Amino acid sequence: MRAVNQPVRKKDAMSLVTGKPVYMDDVINHENCLIVKVLRSPHANAIVESVQKAAAEKVPGIEAIYTWEDVPGQRFTMAGQTYPEPSPYDRLILDRHVRYIGDPVAIVAGDSEKAVDKALKILKVNYQVLEPLLDFRAAKDNKILVHPEDSWKSLCPVGADNQRNLCASGESGDGDIEAVLADCDIVVENTYHTKACQQAMMETFRTYCSIDAYGRLNVLSSTQIVFHVRRILSNALGIPKSMIRVAKPRIGGGFGAKQSVVAEVFPAFVTWMTKKPSRMIYTRRESQIASSPRHEMEVSVRIGAMKDGRIRGIDVYTLSNTGAYGEHGPTTVGLSGHKSIPLYGTPEAHRFRYDVVYTNVMSAGAYRGYGATQGIFAVESAVNELAAKLNMDPVVLREKNMVREGQIMPAYYGEKTNSCALDRCVERAKQMIGWDNKYPCRDMGNGKVRSVGMAMAMQGSGISGVDVGSATIKMNEEGYYTMIIGAADMGTGCDTILAQMAAECLDCPVDAITVFGADTDASPYDSGSYASSTTYVTGKAVEKACEKLREKILAKGAELLNCGPGEAEFDGERVFCAATGDSVDLKTIGTSAMNGNRTALEVTETNSSPVSPPPFMCGMAEIEQDKETGQVELVDYVAVVDCGTVVNPNLARVQTEGGIAQGIGMALFENIQYSDKGHLFENTLMQYKIPTRLDVGKIRVEFESSYEPTGPFGAKSIGEIVINTPSPAIAQAVYNATGHWFRELPITAEKIAMALADD
Amino acid sequence: MKVTVTVNGRKIQEEIDADLLLIDFLRNHGCMSVKRGCDTSNCGLCTVMLDGKPVLSCSVLTARADGHKVETLEGLQAEAEEFGAFIADQGAEQCGFCNPGFMMNALALFRENPEPDVEEIKEYLAGNLCRCSGYEGQLRGILNFLAWKKEGRP
Ligand code: FES
Ligand code: FES
Repeated sequence: MRAVNQPVRKKDAMSLVTGKPVYMDDVINHENCLIVKVLRSPHANAIVESVQKAAAEKVPGIEAIYTWEDVPGQRFTMAGQTYPEPSPYDRLILDRHVRYIGDPVAIVAGDSEKAVDKALKILKVNYQVLEPLLDFRAAKDNKILVHPEDSWKSLCPVGADNQRNLCASGESGDGDIEAVLADCDIVVENTYHTKACQQAMMETFRTYCSIDAYGRLNVLSSTQIVFHVRRILSNALGIPKSMIRVAKPRIGGGFGAKQSVVAEVFPAFVTWMTKKPSRMIYTRRESQIASSPRHEMEVSVRIGAMKDGRIRGIDVYTLSNTGAYGEHGPTTVGLSGHKSIPLYGTPEAHRFRYDVVYTNVMSAGAYRGYGATQGIFAVESAVNELAAKLNMDPVVLREKNMVREGQIMPAYYGEKTNSCALDRCVERAKQMIGWDNKYPCRDMGNGKVRSVGMAMAMQGSGISGVDVGSATIKMNEEGYYTMIIGAADMGTGCDTILAQMAAECLDCPVDAITVFGADTDASPYDSGSYASSTTYVTGKAVEKACEKLREKILAKGAELLNCGPGEAEFDGERVFCAATGDSVDLKTIGTSAMNGNRTALEVTETNSSPVSPPPFMCGMAEIEQDKETGQVELVDYVAVVDCGTVVNPNLARVQTEGGIAQGIGMALFENIQYSDKGHLFENTLMQYKIPTRLDVGKIRVEFESSYEPTGPFGAKSIGEIVINTPSPAIAQAVYNATGHWFRELPITAEKIAMALADD
Repeated sequence: MKVTVTVNGRKIQEEIDADLLLIDFLRNHGCMSVKRGCDTSNCGLCTVMLDGKPVLSCSVLTARADGHKVETLEGLQAEAEEFGAFIADQGAEQCGFCNPGFMMNALALFRENPEPDVEEIKEYLAGNLCRCSGYEGQLRGILNFLAWKKEGRP
């Protein structure tokens, strides 16, 4: 293949490395643009009794101040999901009932930052302070209701009930789990706790709004989901979708954070009311305290096995904390079971139960891995604990039980693994790290122990039967192509990856394809870039569109050659007539399509997949454990990934390295702690420690490709799976060094040192 | 107060508020490469050169640059292209939001220490956070660039 599977440079690469102005705040007109900020609640649960805004309104330069009385009264969700959204409609732009420290109370717009800050300072709010519900373990059926209101509404049957603090609840399974576990030689049972980690993309949330020549609301936002933003704003503002246009510039990272509407509603409301341009840029602090982080989960696992290591039953119960609002609550929890249990092929029985509860902390959202990360930490840790109990090498235990190609996965909606190289991934990772020489540990004789740990992981490729990907491809004069997409390149390189696929189909250089996206007025419909969908779902749409365009080019060329289309051939550069030997080049075809032409050399195709083929991987960590201080140093991390055909080896590698670094952060450093009043301590990058380049050791990545028959050129996804292995692999390495299992993340040096001191 | 700052070789004289941060002054003057990633001097995205030395422009008052020379990536385009091509060849630029600060500090490193080893590179750039790349691709790009330079550039 000449374009697919090549390490092509990203189309925007040189602009990015030379610092060109391509992000939201670089490209807008700052003149006469209102600055929008919000006043945030200092209470975790309170009713706004009154807001005295007269004095603040008098601050010179203040344009408007809005409170709950000024905004529409219909509830909506900020989750970027396909309608009808599983996430409940539990939000207002501003609510009289504020439900976490940071919940917006008032919107202030003014012509300078100083004016707005001053107005925020002198706004007076009287609150009726209520007792907050902060313990998610006590939330279900608690007497404190986070959403007591009658206007709360759930659109889908996800087991939600606001009178019980339930955002979702459910159960699925196969076989008689209790009977199978009772019959096992050994049952391992433990509970694992992961925190509400922040995506911490370097560009915080931000949106610019203006009114166009047609009186429509134009939104330029750093978002992964332009079409969902259009619907959400329409719901929030109570205006028709036809009055809204949403586009995205380059995005400074997303990782799922920007799969929810976070900043958009506030400037959109201001601009719609004032008809003036406005912008909102979240500070890092706001991004930490009032955004869309990972769902905190407590996952209880029971695994039953025989002495020979045969796993017979897996039982998972997940308690997920959605916080004050339900964005992505009902769906993230599903992955904690559906993308962890199926790693073990076909146990005789499995069961997966869950509750998702409301509490008075920041609402959660979508973060790379989307529940699978939490579930895999739990299930993979439990399997590692099982290996220890059986006194069996965890790699051997995996070899006996892991899912293989061609198996039906009962816990994965009964789907079959058409492509699965997990066995090869484990084998290769083992060789790369030198597992047999290093497992379980080696005392280095200087107070330090080197040890290893491992984990497997899977994810999906898009949401089966739901996600829609589309592409428009058109030929222009001179024979170059324009591809228009609604998927969002957030640094992942999907503009380039999709262009590689188009170039492969059209037999042309990648440079002959220009990419435009994403803009709700111009792009064909696409659910957006999330759920590891773009390469797999939109990629297939690109393939389909290009095939059709080839036919059109062929027909046009044949027409120019006076040749029947059946006798003509197209090689990417010219159309040939077999009978006469005449040919016409692309440039001529493109140019003649602009002169007396009656067929558009343009095709739009849409794709959705009934299945979501999982990518698989294996990660192995080698750490150096300080027995005194508890300090863990990453020495080596190897990852071997099966993402089907690797469309762009460079970009897939960097995705993997980046996901692993984030996973290392989650495993060791990134903590989220609340005070007994509901105040979040880790509210800056000073307290919330994301890894630096000194913290990640050496990360080595290889690919063991399978071929996914339903994917474009055999490809599956890669964006999310890569964050899933570090937590369980590092936890096992720490156990191998210290003899202690740490079942709560992050596994900080303090926690380890304390456990060692108790020995 | 009135300040005179030379930005990328161009002298700017202006009346400013005493509390104006250098990052905002630079962005007001079209240096959009200068990015803000935090409010606690932790991310390194805002790195610029003040009299040839890298500083965090979010933590420097414009007044302190009065009478001094400031360079941003806009003023170092040739160097940025030359070195940046090696980052691009790894696909390590990813979302790109951290790139300008990273490029500035890397260029500062190369000026100070033309042949750094891996540990020196990591130490020097430790304050430049990147959430996308996992840092390995950036390191490969730097090493390839250094090797290319050593072999005798054209
Ligand atoms: S903006 Fe983060 S260090 Fe300057
Ligand atoms: S490339 Fe996105 S933060 Fe570094």
